Amino acid sequence: MPEHARDRILARLRRAPREAQPPDDAATPRAPAPGGEAAAALEAALAAMRAEVQRLPREGWAGELRERLRGRGLSSLLYARDTPWAPALEEAWAAGPERPPALVAWEGTVEDFRDRLFVADAAITRAEAAAADPGVLVLRPGPAEPRLLSLVPPVHVVLVPGERIFGTLEEALAGGGFTPPLPANLVLVSGPSKTADIELTLAFGVHGPRELLVFILE
Amino acid sequence: MGDSGFEARVEQALADAGLRRNFASAMGGFAARRLAVFPDAAALERLREQGAAARRRALARLPELLEELERALVGNGIHVHWAETAAVGNRIVLEILEAHGVRRVVKGKSMVSEEMHLNAFLARHGIDAVETDLGEFIIQLAGETPSHIIVPAVHKNRAQIARLFHEKIPGTPYTEEVAELNAVARRTLRRMFREAGAGLSGVNFAVAATGTLCLVENEGNGRMCTGVPPLHIAVMGIEKVIERLEDLPPLLRLLTGSATGQRVTTYVNLISGPRRAGDPDGPREVHVVLLDNGRSAVYADPELRATLQCIRCGCCLNHCPVYTRIGGHAYGTTYPGPIGKVLTPQLAGLERAGGLPFASTLCGACEEVCPVKIPLTRLLRRLREETVRAGAAGGAGAGALERLAWRGYGLSAQHPRLYRLLFACGRWLGGLMPPVAALERWGRAHAEPRFARLSLRRLFRKRGIPDA
Repeated sequence: MPEHARDRILARLRRAPREAQPPDDAATPRAPAPGGEAAAALEAALAAMRAEVQRLPREGWAGELRERLRGRGLSSLLYARDTPWAPALEEAWAAGPERPPALVAWEGTVEDFRDRLFVADAAITRAEAAAADPGVLVLRPGPAEPRLLSLVPPVHVVLVPGERIFGTLEEALAGGGFTPPLPANLVLVSGPSKTADIELTLAFGVHGPRELLVFILE
Repeated sequence: MGDSGFEARVEQALADAGLRRNFASAMGGFAARRLAVFPDAAALERLREQGAAARRRALARLPELLEELERALVGNGIHVHWAETAAVGNRIVLEILEAHGVRRVVKGKSMVSEEMHLNAFLARHGIDAVETDLGEFIIQLAGETPSHIIVPAVHKNRAQIARLFHEKIPGTPYTEEVAELNAVARRTLRRMFREAGAGLSGVNFAVAATGTLCLVENEGNGRMCTGVPPLHIAVMGIEKVIERLEDLPPLLRLLTGSATGQRVTTYVNLISGPRRAGDPDGPREVHVVLLDNGRSAVYADPELRATLQCIRCGCCLNHCPVYTRIGGHAYGTTYPGPIGKVLTPQLAGLERAGGLPFASTLCGACEEVCPVKIPLTRLLRRLREETVRAGAAGGAGAGALERLAWRGYGLSAQHPRLYRLLFACGRWLGGLMPPVAALERWGRAHAEPRFARLSLRRLFRKRGIPDA
């Protein structure tokens, strides 16, 4: 008898009668869907999951975003400094007079930043891709963008570049550049955190963000 | 019944009007929502074919895929452990936690950890395992076990939960407001997420090609458990492996649509390793425990192997006329409902659970909705046969009298004269059923059988339809 549990388990499985390999009829994913249609379908799907979806013009998006976040009662907005879109945010926030939400940069590792993270109001990240069917954003956290930005604060603001919206999840996974080795963490997000564990009554923001604000960049 | 408590629990559940109301309303809602998310029957059928094929393909190559998965996980920096039994799996988890000096672990929902009775084991070794899925949190406070695979606290109504929170969570006023109850759980658990030394989770699918653990959830507690603490331990049954990332989208659609009628859950976590160099957050170590616990024995039988296709959506529970009336606790098993009746006798043995496959009408509703097309009624019949043949479970459904009756019927069915004579006797004496215990027990829930005055043959003849 093999010495290790692993070898004993595998040996038992190998002793089992072999079955003919069932046919493999995996559909080959199609090319990315044209942006316009997919964006509208994504918007509808996300809205159905109680996300708030808005469009932003590519030109001057950060200033416009700042305007739209006013009056939401947010005191701060966390962001990651090393992302390609961070300079636009910093510039827009430096441009006007100081008013909430204040733009606050993530610093160091989670061990350094945890206390500030858990008291923040809101955070902004980017979606690496999105799929209109079934209506998900694909977040790809990594060295430039902490994964907890999109989870811990009660409001998650997410930017979705229009050209990264695919028709289906199959297409997004195949065409979105998610080739092995995969990043340590990929998350599909379809709306604000929710639960129906009490009498199947839907409630939002049980552990993750209670609001998901999606901005599609056109 | 081997488990003599089963019938008593069923009686108790059936007599509990509140419990039956809670289940009836919840399960009816699930069935309606599933239909709403899969409005096109033909498209659903294609999707089920696709999902069943993905699961069968994976099982056909299970030993090779497990090795491929192990290689890919290790390549991604994830530690892999193999456990033949629940006891060994528990021991492995404990050793990892002790090596890191962890006293408290936050837990995402995991049926495998229920199967291992992991929380109780850790508690005996001084480690506090806190359930963070709202439903699991509720039943942990109540000191109960899940009554449903997907909605573990579905047997409780808001008044019961309000009282529980008020009594068990210090400083909580009594409120039946669902939003307020959720807020209490959020406040209580946030602190735990922040401070816990480790997070524990299950796995919905493990992708062999990429070494990826897939976890679906709606609350964000799964992300918290796998992303905030410095250590993440995932436990999974060895059957959860799938070949490649492309198999995931159809399986996800089937899982969430069948489970809760959702197109997709709020979050789908794809975990392919611990925090990498330069990553600002994420666990520093990720471990996976691959649990056998009887699955390789299930795998050995080509017919019963289909049991392992299960993706634990709970859809067969929601549509089962038995489950929807007695609820999950009456079964007294980790996995209730149709899939539980098939899986449990195979994992726990016919001696202990061979009676469960008899608690079925064989109506086939479970099989009709199963997203991966497990032939549940065939498996139920097969396990009934095994139980009877083994004389296991106290000879459920196979008392000496019943065996005699069936043998007599078999004999008469081969001899037309005897058959006619026997059934003529039945028509004359039908009203005088012998008061044997088996019939009396059966009669408590069924109308007394009545023989027709004329046999079908006579009726035919009377109407001038000739014998074939």
